[in-house]
Amino acid sequence: MIITLNGERFEIDRPMTVTDLLARLDIDPRRVAIEHNLAILKRQKFPDVVVREGDTVEIVNFVGGG
Amino acid sequence: MTDTPFVLAGRTFASRLIVGTGKYPSNAVMAEAHAASGADMVTVAVRRVNISDRSKESLLDYIDPNRMFILPNTAGCYTADEAVRTARLAREAGLSNWVKLEVIGDERTLFPDNEALVAATKVLVKEGFIVLPYTSDDPITCRKLEDAGAAAVMPLGAPIGSGLGIQNVNNIRIIREFSRVPVIVDAGVGTASDASLAMELGADGVLMNTAIAGAQHPVAMAEAMKHAVIAGRLAHLAGRIPRKMYATASSPLEGLVGR
Repeated sequence: MIITLNGERFEIDRPMTVTDLLARLDIDPRRVAIEHNLAILKRQKFPDVVVREGDTVEIVNFVGGG
Repeated sequence: MTDTPFVLAGRTFASRLIVGTGKYPSNAVMAEAHAASGADMVTVAVRRVNISDRSKESLLDYIDPNRMFILPNTAGCYTADEAVRTARLAREAGLSNWVKLEVIGDERTLFPDNEALVAATKVLVKEGFIVLPYTSDDPITCRKLEDAGAAAVMPLGAPIGSGLGIQNVNNIRIIREFSRVPVIVDAGVGTASDASLAMELGADGVLMNTAIAGAQHPVAMAEAMKHAVIAGRLAHLAGRIPRKMYATASSPLEGLVGR
């Protein structure tokens, strides 16, 4: 199944929670913010929210800037 | 001479210098420069995580959150909606509701879109954000931002990354005179004297990135900026002499030998 992840097509083998998706991507959940279908998720919700076929996910973090 | 503390939205900072985290030769140099600058607030940007390459080290490994207050920006946003969305994400990614609000109006100059900036400030203040807007050096826009609830106003000295120094000295002075919130000169500093000038004009703080990160020796420049901000602040508090067109002798005019 295909989702849109940070603007790109991305394949996942099954619906999965945001926590599982982050684990699969090797991303520390404490250092990112996530938008799921344009709604910003509280970090406590990561284990509950399920990403499904066709969903849009944005994962952002802090980078160098002025 | 004792100074009043530098307080933003009820939070006291030890340094009046705020530094960026972009464009350093390496994260290690950045950390060293941060330490040399004496700053206790740093700006960061919010960007998509690189999904395909997870090898890159995290910026946050090089910033001690116990020593540094982290101020996310909305750099690169061209509409109020984008900036608001980015600010909300930054709040979730970080630990605070502070944001350095940027709404850019033009790619070449990176000048702010002041109308959109005021609109975004209103939205974010309503949502409980502490908003520090990067603005044109225009006293009227600064007043509107203050009325919209901005915790400080951050007029540019010159275009971002230009290093031109403060282009409109009088506007910065007027903005300081008009504002009831702190004034932070943000952008345009090229070297230490630019930072000193900002402080001499009465700015409460100076924010810079490229002037340090882009210097040939960023750590040395960071230290120079630390001293420049302290010197400029002291000179402001000390009260400079009035400018005069002609000389006034420093030595006595009486008792000259041979007269």
